[in-house]
Amino acid sequence: MSTWLPKGASSRRWLGLAPSYIVIGIFMLIPMVIMGVFSFLEPNPYGGVKAVGSFDAYVKLFFEYDLEDQLVFNPGYINIVWRSFQLSIMATVLCLVVGFPVAYYITLQPENKRNFYIYLVTIPFWTNLLIRTFAWIIILGRGGVIELPLQKLGIIDDSLRMMYSDGAIAVGLTYSYLPLMVLPIYASLEKLDFRLLEAASDLYANRWVTMWKVVIPLCKPGVVAGCILVFIPCIGAFIAPNLLGGGKKLMLGSLVQFQFSSARNWPFGAALSMLLLSAVVVSLIFYARAAKKRALMEGEV
Amino acid sequence: MSDHMNETKNIMKKKKILPVGHFRGLGAWTFAFFIYLYVPIVVLVFYSFNSNRMVMNWEGFGISWYLKAFSNNNIQQAVLNSLIVATVATACATAIATIGALVLARGGSFKGKTLSLGLITLPLMVPEIVTAVAVLIFFSSIGMNLGLGNVIIAHITFCIPFAFMPIRARLEGMDTTLEQAARDLYATEWETFRFVTVPLLMPGIVAGAMLAFVISLDDFIITLMVGGAGSTTLPVYIYSMIRRGLTPEVNAISTVLLFFSIAIVTAYWIVSKKSQTKTVH
Repeated sequence: MSTWLPKGASSRRWLGLAPSYIVIGIFMLIPMVIMGVFSFLEPNPYGGVKAVGSFDAYVKLFFEYDLEDQLVFNPGYINIVWRSFQLSIMATVLCLVVGFPVAYYITLQPENKRNFYIYLVTIPFWTNLLIRTFAWIIILGRGGVIELPLQKLGIIDDSLRMMYSDGAIAVGLTYSYLPLMVLPIYASLEKLDFRLLEAASDLYANRWVTMWKVVIPLCKPGVVAGCILVFIPCIGAFIAPNLLGGGKKLMLGSLVQFQFSSARNWPFGAALSMLLLSAVVVSLIFYARAAKKRALMEGEV
Repeated sequence: MSDHMNETKNIMKKKKILPVGHFRGLGAWTFAFFIYLYVPIVVLVFYSFNSNRMVMNWEGFGISWYLKAFSNNNIQQAVLNSLIVATVATACATAIATIGALVLARGGSFKGKTLSLGLITLPLMVPEIVTAVAVLIFFSSIGMNLGLGNVIIAHITFCIPFAFMPIRARLEGMDTTLEQAARDLYATEWETFRFVTVPLLMPGIVAGAMLAFVISLDDFIITLMVGGAGSTTLPVYIYSMIRRGLTPEVNAISTVLLFFSIAIVTAYWIVSKKSQTKTVH
């Protein structure tokens, strides 16, 4: 394997990796550490921070100061966090329900067709997310593509008020990240040995039992990977809540952005980012454990 | 054999027996899925030809908004910025990713390999908004203000994994016999690398560069947060247009960007498919 790098291999390895380490280290890893530090500092009213340590940013998540300077519970931010999780889970489940049968169908196709289907699935993913979300305003909006025909036919008089709702955000999120669900599920279904299905059928399992007891357990890693790939960008989403939720139905991502643009509370924004990051870390650990379990199972076989 | 299969198929059709593993309605479901995936894009393109001032009030077919968008100085500037950022970021990210991939795919196993792989793919795991905030904090706390330069640096960082993945995949599928043969024929290490490895790796590098380019061109949140006044890229400008009011001009410029991305991704698809078939033969 190591035909390249015959002598002085070690120093050459690090020379080759150095640019990656320098760029990602300096412009990604160190900034995240600084962000963590900032979340424990006091805000400067004009943006930025004061070099005074404080837990205020984290306290602010749960409490606020009332007129008498007493700490009282404030559910406002927790509600936003809760809603972000709800909407992200909802979008993930929707992606799974919509995407799984599609991935399965593509697996059943002959190979040249499969490639073309996968190409069709990936195209929207590589196009601009902002533009794709903007298109939903034209579809869901007042007098938009859905309402217009209904109004013309006299079925509705007024607007259906589909925009600026949690439903609109969920539809937008599902739409945005659907390819990220289909692709990993397809990747694991593609490796599935279809003789197993025939075996199950020979043993009098019907289609649904076969699906539930054979197909789904075998493509579980793909399902878990898909769910995580969808959940992570959903929880930090900014475009869908801003454009389809009208900026009033905030989610964590848009709340973070708000702290750095209008509210100018950098430590609070940093604390919210840390919260987002921990959600990501938890889901990645979950994934790693699922993958490890899988590897163990395969080792046994 | 095929006669027999056809016969079986015909019987199945007549009796409406589905083959094992198939479900009724799967095809229809997939069809509906693709409609859902593509209708918004079709709608967006369709309304870009509306000649009315308001996007949703259809007046008549016309390309007036395209002409307006093309002659808009702000859009021209934003397009120029986008192209500068994407080109520079792609060139740097692809170069960095290529040497990184060479080490990780050909450097054998060494201590810190998994860690290095994790670091390179880190920008993929972290939500974009977190990256944006972290980089913004970093630049402002060290007082670095290079205008478009800041945006370019941020783009290089998150483009590295996108360039890295196809290059590494290509390297891992590549046979080392040709390189060994070159060495046996007294080619120097550098000659082997330059005249054997690089040409073989080229499809991977091109594919990686194309992905990096599309990702950079489409990025919105990180540019919005990191870029100051004067470093507005096209997606950021489109966002400000949407906030100001929905005119078909947004659709027109969005359509152009959309088809540009689709063209690059299609080219990527063709390149990577070709490189796949080459490896097989």
